Amino acid sequence: MSEQKVLVSVQHLKKYFPVGKKQTLKAVDDVTFDIYKGETLGLVGESGCGKSTLGRTIIGLYPPTDGHVVFDGQVMDGKQSAAVHKEFTRRVQMVFQDPYASLNPRMKVMDIVAEGIDNHGLAKSRKERDQMVIDLLNTVGLQQEHANRFPHEFSGGQRQRVGIARALALNPDFIIADEPISALDVSIQAQVINLFQDLQKERGLTYLFIAHDLSMIKHISDRVGVMYLGSLVELTTSDEIFDHPLHPYTQAMFSAIPLADPELENNRKRIMLHGSIPSPVNLGPGCRFAGRCPYATDRCRTESPAFKEVAPGHFVACHQVN
Amino acid sequence: MNAKENNINANIPQELFVPVQVDQSERERISRPSLTAWQDGWLRLKQNKAAVVSLFIIIVIVAMALLAPIFSPYDFAQTDYSAIYQGPSAAHLFGTDGFGRDQFTRIWYGTRISLLIGFVAACLDLFVGVTYGAVSALLGGKVDAIMQRIIEVLVGIPHLIIVILLMMVLPAGVGTIIVALAITGWVNMARLVRARILQLKGQEFVMAAQVLGTSQKNIILRHLIPNTVGVIVINAMFTIPSAIFTEAFLSFIGIGLSEPKASLGVLINNGYAVLQNSPYLLICPAIVIILIMVCFSILGDGLRDALDPRMSK
Repeated sequence: MSEQKVLVSVQHLKKYFPVGKKQTLKAVDDVTFDIYKGETLGLVGESGCGKSTLGRTIIGLYPPTDGHVVFDGQVMDGKQSAAVHKEFTRRVQMVFQDPYASLNPRMKVMDIVAEGIDNHGLAKSRKERDQMVIDLLNTVGLQQEHANRFPHEFSGGQRQRVGIARALALNPDFIIADEPISALDVSIQAQVINLFQDLQKERGLTYLFIAHDLSMIKHISDRVGVMYLGSLVELTTSDEIFDHPLHPYTQAMFSAIPLADPELENNRKRIMLHGSIPSPVNLGPGCRFAGRCPYATDRCRTESPAFKEVAPGHFVACHQVN
Repeated sequence: MNAKENNINANIPQELFVPVQVDQSERERISRPSLTAWQDGWLRLKQNKAAVVSLFIIIVIVAMALLAPIFSPYDFAQTDYSAIYQGPSAAHLFGTDGFGRDQFTRIWYGTRISLLIGFVAACLDLFVGVTYGAVSALLGGKVDAIMQRIIEVLVGIPHLIIVILLMMVLPAGVGTIIVALAITGWVNMARLVRARILQLKGQEFVMAAQVLGTSQKNIILRHLIPNTVGVIVINAMFTIPSAIFTEAFLSFIGIGLSEPKASLGVLINNGYAVLQNSPYLLICPAIVIILIMVCFSILGDGLRDALDPRMSK
């Protein structure tokens, strides 16, 4: 893995939201990781742990509080030139979670998909633009006659594919998929996931795939990052993290996956966590997981663990793992 | 039942079973005809009988207000002292008033003035309210907070007091009434537009536009405003009757339009004075104003049901 080319490098990225006058909500707190060209990096974590905020901060929807993203060698820290920024918006795209909210109800599919083409002047004539849109619709399994319809006439899966076509219109290198399947029926989820995988093969796309469905993450990801309360606690290859999770939180989370084999399922030991997830507002010092961790020591409560490489390509943030 | 079915199946030769062809393109087909949001809204509005009748009555009233004074043989201010307080007749459909002026001509002339006030007040509301609301929602932060406090102060002062005080300061006339109504009327529109834009601003399609590199100007023009139009139209529909009513009220208490100009409020005020001897002078303009108020309200209600996107999920 490590000899591959790094496409996106997230460095000490922080995103704090002010809550009231004095308090801050640390939605993303000092997250550092690399995404290699052509891979799918899965990002899991429970609701409210900052997965979506991280995705939106990487793409620049939220200005970061601190840290920056390096995309293909270019530092994107808000001070980059307009031309570099424009190229970044072309090469990095996003697929959103809610297919009912991510398409403008007053625009035709043709104009929704063509929006990026128009913004970046990718088509020379009206005819070329329309042909590009039709090609994109065919790519995601929709037909030419769908172009003149409005989003409310489509089903959830069809809408999500329109959203994917819109992201593909700019011919991006890197797509952030923010829980693209969690709002869809299970029967449609597979269809959309397969589309993502086919597109990756055809176009050599790189994905940051945010989800909370662990089986789906295992299926699609090359590497998986686990987030807890705004920080990354573990990051390694998909096989490694499912077979040998090191962080206590990862272990507990993956022990909750039901197994398809009834005999194994009967013997599955679930690690139960006690206590509830603390509020991300004004966290104290020490490890964020210390309050619920069965192995927590005094050191865990006072000193925040570094995110270190314990085995080649296996990063963990825990004092107990060496 | 089960046994019988099995029996039937057993009697069918295997060769007759042919696999059904699943056409991929057929699966994705949408059979419903393609309609824009407005066409969709119109279809739903048509199903609402009361709204359609109201729309028809409003069209008739507007047509009468525009055409009747032109085709009438009388002028609205033309006096005829040989024919005062005449009851309805073939020569004077709604009778004549104390100066022998034709009531039919005066009612439609008055309706024209009343509608003009209603429409212009609604347009000014729209202009000021939409701009104020949109600016407040888009800038956000401190500017938004200050702009909202200003609105709250304005809401705190009774609307009629501001209007009456203004009418005392400014010279009487149609323009003054419109100004007085516009100064206080836009608050509601501004609040609705702000709320709607705030709601839209956080939606994913606006984020998607940002990610695609759409300029701030195009996000406002292509994403935010088109999705706000429904709210604007509905609120304007409710503003028109309330402006007409306020004008009628002001004229009725004697600080609106003055003679020989006529509005529905002036006519009702005049008719009220001679209610016992010539009730038709009060009843006819009263019916017209009631029709205008009720029909605009029902139509506004119908439009809200027809255009509200929450209904068309």
